[in-house]
Amino acid sequence: MDAQTIIARRIAQELRSGMLVNLGIGIPTLVANYVPADVHVFFQSENGLIGTGPVPEPGMALPLLTDAGGRPVTALPGASAFDSALSFGLIRGGHIDMAILGGLQVDERGLLANWLIPGKMVPGMGGAMDLVTGAKRVVIAMQHTAKGKPKIVRECALPLTSARPVDLVVTELAVIAFSNGRATLIETAPGVSVKDVLAQTEAKLAVPDQVPTMNL
Amino acid sequence: MKTVSLHDAVALIPDGATLMVGGFCAVGTPERLMDELVRQGKRNLTVITNDPGLPGVGVGKLVTAGLLRKVIVSHIGMNPETQQQMLAGKLEVELVPQGTLIERIRSGGFGLGGILTPTGLGTLAEKDKRKIEVNGKEYLLETALRADFALVHAFVADYIGNLTYVLTARNFNPVIAMAADTVIVTADHVVPVGVIAPDQVATPAPIVDYIVACA
Repeated sequence: MDAQTIIARRIAQELRSGMLVNLGIGIPTLVANYVPADVHVFFQSENGLIGTGPVPEPGMALPLLTDAGGRPVTALPGASAFDSALSFGLIRGGHIDMAILGGLQVDERGLLANWLIPGKMVPGMGGAMDLVTGAKRVVIAMQHTAKGKPKIVRECALPLTSARPVDLVVTELAVIAFSNGRATLIETAPGVSVKDVLAQTEAKLAVPDQVPTMNL
Repeated sequence: MKTVSLHDAVALIPDGATLMVGGFCAVGTPERLMDELVRQGKRNLTVITNDPGLPGVGVGKLVTAGLLRKVIVSHIGMNPETQQQMLAGKLEVELVPQGTLIERIRSGGFGLGGILTPTGLGTLAEKDKRKIEVNGKEYLLETALRADFALVHAFVADYIGNLTYVLTARNFNPVIAMAADTVIVTADHVVPVGVIAPDQVATPAPIVDYIVACA
């Protein structure tokens, strides 16, 4: 299983029926492919839709119905559409049960950097700052390292997305939970040891006596 | 409300004007108005919009043609030309969190001085902004935005200017329609009065100044 599939499958297990969920671009988008059959969630797209469905059949794309990256999507039965003020009222107002976002760095308190690499990549924050600040639970989907360098660090060198810490980080190696300013290793990927994870993590991780393996 | 030709609608806009433009990744952007702004070679414009579209698409048309002095947007990741012009010092880019941008516009249209939001606290977005504590919680003061013109794209407009929008082409459109001195609208369909039921009207007719005649 490749890194992205491990991450997406594991995060899909966090979903519960009835949740309103926002998926960021990149790996988070893949989570929609692994929602368990008995779990019904609403996906929100911040460009103004609840009930975002899969990519349309060939010839059925509607230019007025896209995801937040401008790609054609479908709307599932029960979908609703609204303007950007209401869309961000949902986000900032605490109505989103879970935001699943990509990350560049997460520090050991759970603070996230995911919108800017000064001088290199200036995409803008889009909806990321509102999502991290306002969602009830924030889950980060990212590879454990970038070009061999740990992405889970003591302190983010990159500009922060929010003063609010994230709740969970899922990588191809581990699941790490953040609470009360502490990072705890709660699962490792199949075939990955605690030692492997610690070797590729800069942040200090609390490690319980028993660390279960991800059930993928 | 007046019906005008595409040419006459854009001729109302002087060089140096501030425009709000609807659309999200160019979905729901009034493309005909973008094309005509380029054709008439307007200069030195400031554009407030969610994002500058893609190169050559949506607001990206104005970027490619070099018509802009400044953009106030939440995201430029889909349009590398914007970043190139910004780094070359040709275009000023003010990045605003998306939820803050739409609320600043809403404030401008709804008679408010601004809003208090927790978004951006503890980040680069709080630079030079006032922090205000309310009931023990800290917020950033984000001030209202207004524009000279709102360029709105609707799905259906009726003959007197009532508007409806559909799906993800709605986005910023109904909000910017409230926040500009002059509101210019293009629509996919222009229909007789009565086709849009009162409860379905998203932008009421008195808000709209000009409807661009269908081509």
